[in-house]
Amino acid sequence: MVANAQKSPSTPPLARAEAPPADTSAVRRVAGIVALVILAALLWEGAKAFASSVDYALPIAGATLDLTVFNDQQLPHLGAIANAFVQPAQRNGPPLYSELLSASAFTLQMAIGGFLMGGIIGFALAVIFAHSRFMQGGCLPYVVASQTVPILAIAPMIVIWLGRAGFQELAIPVIAAYLTFFPVVIYSLRGLTAVPPTALELMNSYAASKWETLVKLRLPNALPHIFTALKLSATASVVGAIIGELPSGIQQGLGIAILNFARSYTQSPERLWATIVMAGAVGIGFFVVIVILERLIVRWKRPEDG
Amino acid sequence: MGQKNVATVISIKNITKKFRGSDGEQVHAIDNINFDIVEGEFISLIGPSGCGKSTLLRMIADLIEPSEGTISVNGKSPRQARLDRDYGFVFQSPTLYDWRTVLQNVELPLEIMKYPKAKRRERAEEMLGLVELGSFVNKYPWQLSGGMQQRVSIARALAFEPTILLMDEPFGALDEMTRERMNNELLRIWTAIPHMTVVFVTHSIAEAVYLSDRVVVLSARPGRLATIIDVDLPRPRGPETRDLDQFFHLTSQVRHSLRGGVGDLSKVIE
Ligand SMILES: Nc1ncnc2c1ncn2[C@@H]1O[C@H](COP(=O)(O)OP(=O)(O)OP(=O)(O)O)[C@@H](O)[C@H]1O
Ligand SMILES: [Mg+2]
Repeated sequence: MVANAQKSPSTPPLARAEAPPADTSAVRRVAGIVALVILAALLWEGAKAFASSVDYALPIAGATLDLTVFNDQQLPHLGAIANAFVQPAQRNGPPLYSELLSASAFTLQMAIGGFLMGGIIGFALAVIFAHSRFMQGGCLPYVVASQTVPILAIAPMIVIWLGRAGFQELAIPVIAAYLTFFPVVIYSLRGLTAVPPTALELMNSYAASKWETLVKLRLPNALPHIFTALKLSATASVVGAIIGELPSGIQQGLGIAILNFARSYTQSPERLWATIVMAGAVGIGFFVVIVILERLIVRWKRPEDG
Repeated sequence: MGQKNVATVISIKNITKKFRGSDGEQVHAIDNINFDIVEGEFISLIGPSGCGKSTLLRMIADLIEPSEGTISVNGKSPRQARLDRDYGFVFQSPTLYDWRTVLQNVELPLEIMKYPKAKRRERAEEMLGLVELGSFVNKYPWQLSGGMQQRVSIARALAFEPTILLMDEPFGALDEMTRERMNNELLRIWTAIPHMTVVFVTHSIAEAVYLSDRVVVLSARPGRLATIIDVDLPRPRGPETRDLDQFFHLTSQVRHSLRGGVGDLSKVIE
Protein backbone atom coordinates (compact mmCIF):
# COMPACT_ATOMS: atom_id res chain seq x y z
CA MET A 1 0.00 0.00 0.00
CA VAL A 2 2.94 2.26 0.69
CA ALA A 3 4.22 1.53 -2.79
CA ASN A 4 0.81 2.43 -4.18
CA ALA A 5 0.78 5.74 -2.40
CA GLN A 6 4.20 6.70 -3.68
CA LYS A 7 3.47 5.66 -7.18
CA SER A 8 0.29 7.69 -7.43
CA PRO A 9 2.00 11.03 -8.22
CA SER A 10 3.41 9.53 -11.43
CA THR A 11 -0.03 8.17 -12.36
CA PRO A 12 -2.39 11.06 -11.66
CA PRO A 13 -5.28 9.71 -13.79
CA LEU A 14 -5.70 6.93 -11.22
CA ALA A 15 -6.20 9.40 -8.42
CA ARG A 16 -9.32 7.59 -7.24
CA ALA A 17 -7.63 4.21 -7.14
CA GLU A 18 -7.43 4.18 -3.34
CA ALA A 19 -10.94 2.82 -2.87
CA PRO A 20 -10.62 -0.76 -4.22
CA PRO A 21 -8.00 -1.94 -1.67
CA ALA A 22 -10.21 -0.66 1.16
CA ASP A 23 -13.14 -2.70 -0.25
CA THR A 24 -11.22 -5.98 -0.41
CA SER A 25 -9.99 -5.43 3.13
CA ALA A 26 -13.60 -4.90 4.24
CA VAL A 27 -14.59 -8.17 2.57
CA ARG A 28 -11.70 -9.89 4.30
CA ARG A 29 -12.73 -8.42 7.63
CA VAL A 30 -16.31 -9.62 7.28
CA ALA A 31 -15.04 -13.08 6.29
CA GLY A 32 -12.91 -13.07 9.44
CA ILE A 33 -15.85 -12.17 11.63
CA VAL A 34 -18.00 -14.91 10.08
CA ALA A 35 -15.20 -17.44 10.60
CA LEU A 36 -14.91 -16.42 14.27
CA VAL A 37 -18.65 -16.82 14.81
CA ILE A 38 -18.56 -20.27 13.24
CA LEU A 39 -15.58 -21.20 15.41
CA ALA A 40 -17.37 -20.03 18.56
CA ALA A 41 -20.46 -22.04 17.62
CA LEU A 42 -18.33 -25.14 17.01
CA LEU A 43 -16.65 -24.70 20.40
CA TRP A 44 -20.01 -24.27 22.11
CA GLU A 45 -21.58 -27.37 20.59
CA GLY A 46 -18.30 -29.32 20.77
CA ALA A 47 -18.00 -28.70 24.50
CA LYS A 48 -21.59 -29.80 25.01
CA ALA A 49 -21.13 -32.94 22.93
CA PHE A 50 -17.92 -33.82 24.75
CA ALA A 51 -19.46 -33.25 28.23
CA SER A 52 -22.46 -35.37 27.28
CA SER A 53 -20.21 -38.17 25.96
CA VAL A 54 -18.48 -38.48 29.35
CA ASP A 55 -21.82 -38.22 31.20
CA TYR A 56 -20.92 -34.75 32.59
CA ALA A 57 -18.21 -36.13 34.85
CA LEU A 58 -14.60 -36.04 33.72
CA PRO A 59 -12.15 -37.97 35.85
CA ILE A 60 -8.84 -36.11 36.07
CA ALA A 61 -5.94 -37.24 38.26
CA GLY A 62 -8.11 -39.07 40.77
CA ALA A 63 -10.76 -36.33 41.13
CA THR A 64 -13.88 -35.90 39.00
CA LEU A 65 -14.59 -32.65 37.21
CA ASP A 66 -18.27 -31.72 37.25
CA LEU A 67 -19.34 -30.80 33.71
CA THR A 68 -23.06 -30.36 34.37
CA VAL A 69 -22.80 -26.66 33.34
CA PHE A 70 -22.70 -28.01 29.80
CA ASN A 71 -26.01 -29.83 30.07
CA ASP A 72 -29.13 -28.67 28.26
CA GLN A 73 -30.58 -27.00 31.39
CA GLN A 74 -27.55 -24.80 31.91
CA LEU A 75 -26.24 -24.27 28.41
CA PRO A 76 -28.94 -24.78 25.80
CA HIS A 77 -28.16 -25.95 22.28
CA LEU A 78 -27.72 -23.15 19.78
CA GLY A 79 -30.66 -24.65 17.91
CA ALA A 80 -32.80 -24.37 21.04
CA ILE A 81 -31.85 -20.71 21.43
CA ALA A 82 -32.71 -20.04 17.81
CA ASN A 83 -35.97 -21.90 18.25
CA ALA A 84 -36.82 -19.85 21.35
CA PHE A 85 -36.94 -16.73 19.19
CA VAL A 86 -39.91 -18.03 17.21
CA GLN A 87 -41.81 -19.58 20.14
CA PRO A 88 -44.22 -17.41 22.10
CA ALA A 89 -42.86 -16.37 25.49
CA GLN A 90 -46.29 -16.52 27.08
CA ARG A 91 -49.03 -18.90 26.17
CA ASN A 92 -50.91 -17.50 23.14
CA GLY A 93 -48.60 -14.48 23.19
CA PRO A 94 -46.58 -13.15 20.26
CA PRO A 95 -43.33 -14.96 19.37
CA LEU A 96 -40.36 -14.06 21.53
CA TYR A 97 -38.48 -12.30 18.72
CA SER A 98 -41.23 -9.72 18.24
CA GLU A 99 -41.30 -9.08 22.00
CA LEU A 100 -37.52 -8.75 22.04
CA LEU A 101 -37.53 -6.48 19.00
CA SER A 102 -39.86 -4.00 20.63
CA ALA A 103 -37.89 -4.26 23.88
CA SER A 104 -34.68 -3.62 21.90
CA ALA A 105 -36.24 -0.64 20.18
CA PHE A 106 -37.10 0.84 23.56
CA THR A 107 -33.68 0.13 25.06
CA LEU A 108 -31.87 1.42 21.97
CA GLN A 109 -33.88 4.63 22.11
CA MET A 110 -32.86 5.10 25.76
CA ALA A 111 -29.26 4.21 24.89
CA ILE A 112 -29.15 6.73 22.03
CA GLY A 113 -30.55 9.38 24.33
CA GLY A 114 -27.89 8.61 26.92
CA PHE A 115 -25.20 8.43 24.26
CA LEU A 116 -26.08 11.87 22.91
CA MET A 117 -26.42 13.38 26.36
CA GLY A 118 -23.16 11.86 27.57
CA GLY A 119 -21.39 12.74 24.34
CA ILE A 120 -22.45 16.39 24.40
CA ILE A 121 -21.72 16.83 28.12
CA GLY A 122 -18.42 14.96 27.81
CA PHE A 123 -17.29 16.99 24.82
CA ALA A 124 -18.32 20.29 26.42
CA LEU A 125 -16.35 19.40 29.55
CA ALA A 126 -13.32 18.48 27.42
CA VAL A 127 -13.46 21.83 25.61
CA ILE A 128 -13.64 23.67 28.96
CA PHE A 129 -10.79 21.61 30.41
CA ALA A 130 -8.67 22.15 27.29
CA HIS A 131 -8.94 25.91 27.66
CA SER A 132 -8.66 26.24 31.41
CA ARG A 133 -5.95 24.53 33.37
CA PHE A 134 -7.73 25.71 36.51
CA MET A 135 -10.99 23.96 35.60
CA GLN A 136 -9.11 20.87 34.51
CA GLY A 137 -7.18 20.66 37.76
CA GLY A 138 -10.28 21.35 39.83
CA CYS A 139 -12.84 19.17 38.06
CA LEU A 140 -11.09 16.33 36.26
CA PRO A 141 -10.46 14.37 39.51
CA TYR A 142 -14.22 14.39 40.18
CA VAL A 143 -14.92 13.17 36.66
CA VAL A 144 -12.54 10.27 37.28
CA ALA A 145 -13.94 9.64 40.76
CA SER A 146 -17.49 9.51 39.33
CA GLN A 147 -16.57 6.34 37.48
CA THR A 148 -15.39 4.56 40.62
CA VAL A 149 -18.89 4.78 42.14
CA PRO A 150 -20.86 1.64 41.17
CA ILE A 151 -23.57 2.59 38.69
CA LEU A 152 -25.89 0.08 40.40
CA ALA A 153 -25.79 2.21 43.55
CA ILE A 154 -26.40 5.47 41.74
CA ALA A 155 -29.10 4.30 39.35
CA PRO A 156 -31.93 4.06 41.97
CA MET A 157 -31.07 7.53 43.27
CA ILE A 158 -31.24 9.02 39.81
CA VAL A 159 -34.62 7.36 39.28
CA ILE A 160 -35.95 8.79 42.56
CA TRP A 161 -34.51 12.28 42.11
CA LEU A 162 -35.67 12.69 38.53
CA GLY A 163 -39.03 11.13 39.45
CA ARG A 164 -39.56 13.74 42.19
CA ALA A 165 -38.58 16.47 39.76
CA GLY A 166 -41.12 15.17 37.26
CA PHE A 167 -38.60 13.94 34.68
CA GLN A 168 -38.90 10.21 35.28
CA GLU A 169 -38.68 9.46 31.55
CA LEU A 170 -35.18 10.98 31.58
CA ALA A 171 -33.90 8.62 34.27
CA ILE A 172 -32.73 5.83 31.94
CA PRO A 173 -30.90 8.09 29.45
CA VAL A 174 -29.24 9.92 32.35
CA ILE A 175 -28.01 6.64 33.81
CA ALA A 176 -26.69 5.62 30.39
CA ALA A 177 -25.08 9.04 30.01
CA TYR A 178 -23.33 8.55 33.34
CA LEU A 179 -21.41 5.67 31.75
CA THR A 180 -20.86 7.27 28.36
CA PHE A 181 -19.63 10.78 29.14
CA PHE A 182 -16.42 9.56 30.74
CA PRO A 183 -14.57 8.14 27.72
CA VAL A 184 -15.69 11.16 25.71
CA VAL A 185 -14.16 13.58 28.25
CA ILE A 186 -10.87 11.71 28.44
CA TYR A 187 -10.36 11.06 24.74
CA SER A 188 -11.62 14.45 23.56
CA LEU A 189 -9.39 16.23 26.04
CA ARG A 190 -6.45 14.26 24.77
CA GLY A 191 -7.27 15.03 21.14
CA LEU A 192 -7.88 18.72 21.82
CA THR A 193 -4.63 19.21 23.70
CA ALA A 194 -2.25 16.78 22.00
CA VAL A 195 -1.68 19.20 19.13
CA PRO A 196 1.82 19.44 17.63
CA PRO A 197 3.44 22.66 18.94
CA THR A 198 4.30 23.91 15.46
CA ALA A 199 0.70 23.38 14.32
CA LEU A 200 -0.30 25.77 17.11
CA GLU A 201 2.48 28.22 16.26
CA LEU A 202 1.18 28.24 12.69
CA MET A 203 -2.21 29.40 13.99
CA ASN A 204 -0.49 32.04 16.15
CA SER A 205 1.48 33.26 13.16
CA TYR A 206 -1.85 33.98 11.46
CA ALA A 207 -3.06 35.79 14.60
CA ALA A 208 -5.94 33.30 14.67
CA SER A 209 -8.48 33.59 17.48
CA LYS A 210 -9.02 30.89 20.12
CA TRP A 211 -12.26 29.99 18.38
CA GLU A 212 -10.61 29.57 14.97
CA THR A 213 -7.85 27.52 16.56
CA LEU A 214 -10.49 25.31 18.18
CA VAL A 215 -12.52 24.83 15.03
CA LYS A 216 -9.74 24.57 12.47
CA LEU A 217 -7.05 22.81 14.48
CA ARG A 218 -8.02 21.33 17.85
CA LEU A 219 -11.34 19.85 16.79
CA PRO A 220 -10.22 18.08 13.61
CA ASN A 221 -7.10 16.93 15.45
CA ALA A 222 -9.37 15.46 18.15
CA LEU A 223 -11.80 13.72 15.77
CA PRO A 224 -10.01 10.34 15.57
CA HIS A 225 -9.73 10.35 19.38
CA ILE A 226 -13.37 11.33 19.75
CA PHE A 227 -14.44 8.44 17.55
CA THR A 228 -12.45 6.04 19.70
CA ALA A 229 -14.42 7.35 22.67
CA LEU A 230 -17.75 7.17 20.81
CA LYS A 231 -17.14 3.52 19.95
CA LEU A 232 -16.65 2.76 23.63
CA SER A 233 -19.64 4.93 24.53
CA ALA A 234 -21.94 3.26 22.02
CA THR A 235 -21.66 -0.15 23.65
CA ALA A 236 -21.54 1.33 27.16
CA SER A 237 -24.75 3.25 26.52
CA VAL A 238 -26.63 0.01 25.80
CA VAL A 239 -25.32 -1.54 29.01
CA GLY A 240 -26.19 1.69 30.86
CA ALA A 241 -29.73 1.73 29.48
CA ILE A 242 -30.29 -1.91 30.50
CA ILE A 243 -29.00 -1.21 34.01
CA GLY A 244 -31.08 1.96 34.18
CA GLU A 245 -34.26 0.04 33.41
CA LEU A 246 -33.94 -2.19 36.46
CA PRO A 247 -34.73 0.36 39.20
CA SER A 248 -37.00 2.45 36.97
CA GLY A 249 -39.90 0.03 37.04
CA ILE A 250 -40.40 0.52 33.31
CA GLN A 251 -41.64 -2.74 31.77
CA GLN A 252 -40.77 -2.22 28.11
CA GLY A 253 -37.06 -2.77 27.70
CA LEU A 254 -34.45 -5.49 27.49
CA GLY A 255 -33.51 -4.95 31.14
CA ILE A 256 -36.86 -6.15 32.41
CA ALA A 257 -36.85 -9.03 29.90
CA ILE A 258 -33.46 -10.13 31.24
CA LEU A 259 -34.73 -9.90 34.81
CA ASN A 260 -37.87 -11.94 34.04
CA PHE A 261 -36.14 -14.64 32.00
CA ALA A 262 -33.41 -14.95 34.63
CA ARG A 263 -36.12 -15.82 37.14
CA SER A 264 -37.42 -18.62 34.93
CA TYR A 265 -33.93 -19.73 33.86
CA THR A 266 -34.24 -23.25 35.25
CA GLN A 267 -37.39 -23.91 33.19
CA SER A 268 -36.29 -22.29 29.94
CA PRO A 269 -32.67 -21.05 29.86
CA GLU A 270 -32.85 -20.52 26.10
CA ARG A 271 -35.08 -17.44 26.55
CA LEU A 272 -32.46 -15.64 28.62
CA TRP A 273 -29.82 -16.64 26.10
CA ALA A 274 -31.98 -15.33 23.27
CA THR A 275 -32.34 -12.04 25.14
CA ILE A 276 -28.58 -11.85 25.65
CA VAL A 277 -28.02 -12.45 21.94
CA MET A 278 -30.47 -9.65 21.21
CA ALA A 279 -28.82 -7.22 23.65
CA GLY A 280 -25.43 -8.06 22.15
CA ALA A 281 -26.76 -7.44 18.66
CA VAL A 282 -28.09 -4.03 19.71
CA GLY A 283 -24.70 -3.03 21.17
CA ILE A 284 -22.77 -4.31 18.17
CA GLY A 285 -25.19 -2.64 15.77
CA PHE A 286 -24.73 0.71 17.51
CA PHE A 287 -20.97 0.21 17.46
CA VAL A 288 -20.99 -0.56 13.73
CA VAL A 289 -23.01 2.60 13.02
CA ILE A 290 -20.30 4.65 14.75
CA VAL A 291 -17.57 2.86 12.80
CA ILE A 292 -19.37 3.68 9.55
CA LEU A 293 -19.76 7.33 10.62
CA GLU A 294 -16.05 7.43 11.42
CA ARG A 295 -15.21 6.06 7.97
CA LEU A 296 -17.36 8.76 6.39
CA ILE A 297 -15.98 11.63 8.45
CA VAL A 298 -12.33 10.77 9.12
CA ARG A 299 -11.43 10.33 5.47
CA TRP A 300 -7.94 11.80 5.46
CA LYS A 301 -6.11 8.80 6.93
CA ARG A 302 -3.72 6.76 4.83
CA PRO A 303 -5.20 3.34 4.15
CA GLU A 304 -2.73 1.44 6.38
CA ASP A 305 -3.79 3.56 9.36
CA GLY A 306 -7.04 1.56 9.32
CA MET B 1 21.34 43.57 -4.95
CA GLY B 2 21.55 47.28 -4.43
CA GLN B 3 21.12 47.58 -0.72
CA LYS B 4 21.79 51.28 -0.48
CA ASN B 5 18.84 53.67 -0.28
CA VAL B 6 16.54 50.82 0.63
CA ALA B 7 14.17 50.81 3.58
CA THR B 8 14.93 48.80 6.68
CA VAL B 9 12.28 46.12 7.10
CA ILE B 10 13.44 44.32 10.21
CA SER B 11 15.58 45.95 12.85
CA ILE B 12 17.08 43.88 15.65
CA LYS B 13 18.49 45.94 18.54
CA ASN B 14 20.32 44.61 21.60
CA ILE B 15 18.32 41.39 21.56
CA THR B 16 18.97 38.99 24.40
CA LYS B 17 16.93 35.89 25.20
CA LYS B 18 17.09 33.82 28.35
CA PHE B 19 14.85 30.82 28.81
CA ARG B 20 13.91 29.46 32.16
CA GLY B 21 14.59 25.76 31.79
CA SER B 22 12.42 23.03 33.28
CA ASP B 23 14.90 22.55 36.15
CA GLY B 24 14.69 26.25 37.01
CA GLU B 25 18.08 26.90 35.50
CA GLN B 26 18.41 29.73 33.02
CA VAL B 27 19.39 29.03 29.42
CA HIS B 28 21.10 32.00 27.88
CA ALA B 29 20.13 31.45 24.25
CA ILE B 30 20.87 34.78 22.57
CA ASP B 31 23.22 37.53 23.72
CA ASN B 32 22.96 41.12 22.56
CA ILE B 33 22.43 40.74 18.83
CA ASN B 34 22.16 43.77 16.53
CA PHE B 35 21.53 43.96 12.81
CA ASP B 36 19.11 45.31 10.26
CA ILE B 37 17.45 43.62 7.32
CA VAL B 38 16.48 45.71 4.32
CA GLU B 39 13.57 45.49 1.93
CA GLY B 40 13.79 42.83 -0.73
CA GLU B 41 16.83 41.26 0.85
CA PHE B 42 17.47 37.53 1.05
CA ILE B 43 19.32 37.01 4.31
CA SER B 44 20.45 33.75 5.90
CA LEU B 45 21.12 32.95 9.55
CA ILE B 46 23.71 30.25 10.04
CA GLY B 47 25.34 28.91 13.17
CA PRO B 48 26.03 25.78 15.19
CA SER B 49 23.12 23.78 16.53
CA GLY B 50 21.55 25.35 19.61
CA CYS B 51 22.99 28.81 19.00
CA GLY B 52 19.54 30.33 18.90
CA LYS B 53 18.69 30.69 15.22
CA SER B 54 15.15 29.43 15.63
CA THR B 55 14.80 31.50 18.78
CA LEU B 56 15.77 34.66 16.90
CA LEU B 57 13.38 33.88 14.05
CA ARG B 58 10.55 33.16 16.50
CA MET B 59 11.17 36.50 18.22
CA ILE B 60 10.91 38.30 14.89
CA ALA B 61 7.64 36.44 14.35
CA ASP B 62 6.35 37.29 17.85
CA LEU B 63 5.92 33.62 18.64
CA ILE B 64 8.15 34.26 21.66
CA GLU B 65 9.29 37.48 23.32
CA PRO B 66 12.86 38.72 23.82
CA SER B 67 14.17 39.12 27.37
CA GLU B 68 15.91 42.36 26.47
CA GLY B 69 16.11 44.62 23.44
CA THR B 70 13.67 45.61 20.77
CA ILE B 71 12.74 44.29 17.37
CA SER B 72 10.83 46.27 14.83
CA VAL B 73 9.15 44.77 11.80
CA ASN B 74 7.95 47.11 9.06
CA GLY B 75 8.40 49.91 11.60
CA LYS B 76 6.03 48.23 14.04
CA SER B 77 6.33 45.97 17.05
CA PRO B 78 6.53 42.27 16.11
CA ARG B 79 3.12 41.79 17.75
CA GLN B 80 1.53 44.42 15.55
CA ALA B 81 3.27 42.96 12.51
CA ARG B 82 1.87 39.55 13.40
CA LEU B 83 -1.63 40.96 13.89
CA ASP B 84 -1.27 42.73 10.54
CA ARG B 85 -0.18 39.44 8.96
CA ASP B 86 3.01 41.00 7.64
CA TYR B 87 4.97 37.74 7.48
CA GLY B 88 4.60 34.14 6.42
CA PHE B 89 6.40 31.48 8.45
CA VAL B 90 7.77 28.23 7.03
CA PHE B 91 8.68 25.64 9.66
CA GLN B 92 11.35 22.99 9.46
CA SER B 93 8.65 20.33 9.17
CA PRO B 94 5.92 21.13 6.63
CA THR B 95 3.26 21.28 9.39
CA LEU B 96 0.41 20.59 7.00
CA TYR B 97 -2.93 19.68 8.55
CA ASP B 98 -3.60 16.00 7.79
CA TRP B 99 -7.34 16.49 7.48
CA ARG B 100 -7.06 19.11 4.76
CA THR B 101 -6.28 18.54 1.13
CA VAL B 102 -3.33 20.36 -0.43
CA LEU B 103 -5.65 23.10 -1.67
CA GLN B 104 -7.42 23.40 1.69
CA ASN B 105 -4.09 23.65 3.47
CA VAL B 106 -3.07 26.58 1.32
CA GLU B 107 -6.52 28.12 1.86
CA LEU B 108 -6.17 27.87 5.67
CA PRO B 109 -4.59 31.31 6.28
CA LEU B 110 -7.01 32.83 3.77
CA GLU B 111 -9.98 31.42 5.68
CA ILE B 112 -8.67 32.89 8.91
CA MET B 113 -8.07 36.20 7.17
CA LYS B 114 -11.65 36.16 5.87
CA TYR B 115 -10.89 36.16 2.17
CA PRO B 116 -14.05 35.55 0.11
CA LYS B 117 -14.40 31.95 -1.01
CA ALA B 118 -13.75 32.51 -4.70
CA LYS B 119 -10.71 34.69 -4.02
CA ARG B 120 -9.39 32.04 -1.62
CA ARG B 121 -9.51 29.35 -4.20
CA GLU B 122 -8.01 31.53 -6.88
CA ARG B 123 -5.07 32.59 -4.65
CA ALA B 124 -4.44 29.04 -3.43
CA GLU B 125 -4.43 27.65 -6.95
CA GLU B 126 -2.14 30.43 -8.12
CA MET B 127 0.33 29.75 -5.30
CA LEU B 128 0.23 26.00 -5.90
CA GLY B 129 0.95 26.75 -9.54
CA LEU B 130 3.93 28.82 -8.45
CA VAL B 131 5.40 25.88 -6.52
CA GLU B 132 4.45 23.61 -9.44
CA LEU B 133 1.93 21.50 -7.57
CA GLY B 134 -1.09 22.56 -9.61
CA SER B 135 -2.08 18.96 -10.33
CA PHE B 136 -2.02 17.88 -6.68
CA VAL B 137 -4.67 20.20 -5.26
CA ASN B 138 -7.00 17.42 -4.18
CA LYS B 139 -4.41 15.12 -2.60
CA TYR B 140 -4.03 14.70 1.13
CA PRO B 141 -0.62 15.51 2.65
CA TRP B 142 0.28 11.84 3.19
CA GLN B 143 0.06 11.27 -0.54
CA LEU B 144 2.93 13.72 -1.16
CA SER B 145 6.69 13.34 -0.79
CA GLY B 146 8.55 15.39 1.82
CA GLY B 147 9.80 17.90 -0.73
CA MET B 148 6.32 18.35 -2.18
CA GLN B 149 4.88 18.85 1.30
CA GLN B 150 7.43 21.57 2.01
CA ARG B 151 6.49 23.26 -1.29
CA VAL B 152 2.85 23.25 -0.14
CA SER B 153 3.90 24.90 3.09
CA ILE B 154 5.76 27.57 1.12
CA ALA B 155 2.68 28.13 -1.03
CA ARG B 156 0.63 28.44 2.16
CA ALA B 157 3.06 31.00 3.63
CA LEU B 158 2.89 33.07 0.44
CA ALA B 159 -0.85 32.79 -0.10
CA PHE B 160 -1.85 35.94 1.78
CA GLU B 161 0.86 38.02 0.14
CA PRO B 162 3.04 38.77 3.15
CA THR B 163 5.97 41.10 2.47
CA ILE B 164 8.27 39.03 4.67
CA LEU B 165 8.97 35.31 4.50
CA LEU B 166 10.53 33.73 7.60
CA MET B 167 11.91 30.24 6.98
CA ASP B 168 13.32 27.98 9.68
CA GLU B 169 15.48 25.32 8.02
CA PRO B 170 12.75 24.55 5.51
CA PHE B 171 14.89 22.10 3.53
CA GLY B 172 16.80 20.59 6.45
CA ALA B 173 15.09 17.23 6.14
CA LEU B 174 15.61 16.86 2.39
CA ASP B 175 18.36 15.03 0.54
CA GLU B 176 21.06 17.06 -1.17
CA MET B 177 19.62 16.74 -4.69
CA THR B 178 16.12 17.74 -3.67
CA ARG B 179 17.50 20.53 -1.54
CA GLU B 180 19.37 22.06 -4.50
CA ARG B 181 16.26 21.86 -6.64
CA MET B 182 14.21 23.48 -3.87
CA ASN B 183 16.84 26.23 -3.56
CA ASN B 184 16.37 27.08 -7.22
CA GLU B 185 12.60 27.04 -6.82
CA LEU B 186 12.83 29.35 -3.85
CA LEU B 187 15.02 31.81 -5.74
CA ARG B 188 12.59 31.72 -8.65
CA ILE B 189 9.66 32.47 -6.31
CA TRP B 190 11.54 35.20 -4.49
CA THR B 191 12.41 36.84 -7.80
CA ALA B 192 8.82 36.55 -8.97
CA ILE B 193 7.50 38.51 -5.97
CA PRO B 194 9.01 42.00 -5.96
CA HIS B 195 10.13 43.54 -2.65
CA MET B 196 9.73 40.32 -0.71
CA THR B 197 12.22 39.98 2.12
CA VAL B 198 13.35 36.47 3.10
CA VAL B 199 14.96 35.51 6.42
CA PHE B 200 16.27 32.00 6.00
CA VAL B 201 17.70 29.82 8.78
CA THR B 202 19.96 27.00 7.67
CA HIS B 203 22.68 24.58 8.76
CA SER B 204 24.16 24.40 5.31
CA ILE B 205 26.97 26.77 4.34
CA ALA B 206 26.53 26.11 0.63
CA GLU B 207 22.81 26.74 0.84
CA ALA B 208 23.30 30.00 2.73
CA VAL B 209 25.84 31.33 0.25
CA TYR B 210 23.95 30.14 -2.81
CA LEU B 211 20.69 31.82 -1.81
CA SER B 212 21.61 34.95 0.07
CA ASP B 213 22.51 38.59 -0.34
CA ARG B 214 24.03 38.42 3.13
CA VAL B 215 24.87 35.60 5.52
CA VAL B 216 24.62 36.29 9.24
CA VAL B 217 26.95 33.98 11.16
CA LEU B 218 26.08 33.31 14.79
CA SER B 219 28.46 31.84 17.35
CA ALA B 220 27.58 29.11 19.81
CA ARG B 221 25.86 29.54 23.15
CA PRO B 222 24.95 32.06 24.03
CA GLY B 223 24.29 33.00 20.41
CA ARG B 224 26.21 36.11 19.45
CA LEU B 225 26.64 37.80 16.12
CA ALA B 226 30.01 36.54 14.81
CA THR B 227 30.00 38.31 11.47
CA ILE B 228 27.88 39.28 8.52
CA ILE B 229 29.21 38.25 5.13
CA ASP B 230 28.12 40.04 1.95
CA VAL B 231 27.50 37.63 -0.90
CA ASP B 232 28.14 39.48 -4.13
CA LEU B 233 27.59 36.53 -6.43
CA PRO B 234 25.83 37.55 -9.63
CA ARG B 235 22.12 36.90 -10.02
CA PRO B 236 20.25 35.07 -11.42
CA ARG B 237 22.04 32.16 -9.82
CA GLY B 238 22.04 28.63 -11.15
CA PRO B 239 24.03 25.38 -11.07
CA GLU B 240 27.02 27.20 -12.60
CA THR B 241 27.10 29.58 -9.62
CA ARG B 242 28.29 26.71 -7.44
CA ASP B 243 31.33 26.26 -9.66
CA LEU B 244 32.52 29.87 -9.39
CA ASP B 245 35.79 30.54 -7.55
CA GLN B 246 33.94 33.28 -5.73
CA PHE B 247 31.46 30.69 -4.43
CA PHE B 248 34.28 28.57 -2.99
CA HIS B 249 35.86 31.65 -1.53
CA LEU B 250 32.63 32.72 0.17
CA THR B 251 31.82 29.27 1.57
CA SER B 252 35.27 29.02 3.13
CA GLN B 253 34.86 32.51 4.53
CA VAL B 254 31.61 31.44 6.21
CA ARG B 255 33.25 28.24 7.41
CA HIS B 256 36.11 30.19 8.97
CA SER B 257 33.86 32.53 10.84
CA LEU B 258 31.85 29.55 12.06
CA ARG B 259 35.08 28.00 13.38
CA GLY B 260 35.84 31.27 15.11
CA GLY B 261 33.03 30.46 17.48
CA VAL B 262 33.23 27.44 19.75
CA GLY B 263 30.55 24.80 19.73
CA ASP B 264 29.12 21.84 18.00
CA LEU B 265 29.76 22.11 14.29
CA SER B 266 28.76 18.53 13.62
CA LYS B 267 25.38 19.57 12.22
CA VAL B 268 26.86 22.13 9.86
CA ILE B 269 27.18 20.54 6.47
CA GLU B 270 28.56 21.94 3.32
N1 LIG C 1 11.20 27.00 25.00
C1 LIG C 1 12.47 26.83 25.43
N2 LIG C 1 12.73 26.66 26.74
C2 LIG C 1 13.98 26.49 27.18
N3 LIG C 1 15.07 26.51 26.40
C3 LIG C 1 14.89 26.69 25.08
C4 LIG C 1 13.58 26.86 24.53
N4 LIG C 1 13.69 27.00 23.18
C5 LIG C 1 15.01 26.93 22.93
N5 LIG C 1 15.74 26.75 24.05
C6 LIG C 1 17.19 26.66 24.15
O1 LIG C 1 17.75 27.80 23.52
C7 LIG C 1 18.88 27.44 22.77
C8 LIG C 1 18.69 27.87 21.34
O2 LIG C 1 17.67 27.07 20.75
P1 LIG C 1 17.28 27.21 19.22
O3 LIG C 1 16.22 26.22 18.95
O4 LIG C 1 16.97 28.62 18.92
O5 LIG C 1 18.62 26.80 18.50
P2 LIG C 1 18.90 26.63 16.95
O6 LIG C 1 20.05 27.47 16.60
O7 LIG C 1 17.65 26.83 16.18
O8 LIG C 1 19.34 25.11 16.90
P3 LIG C 1 19.12 24.08 15.70
O9 LIG C 1 20.06 24.50 14.65
O10 LIG C 1 19.49 22.76 16.29
O11 LIG C 1 17.69 24.16 15.27
C9 LIG C 1 19.06 25.95 22.93
O12 LIG C 1 20.03 25.73 23.91
C10 LIG C 1 17.73 25.47 23.39
O13 LIG C 1 17.89 24.38 24.26
MG1 LIG D 1 16.36 25.58 15.03
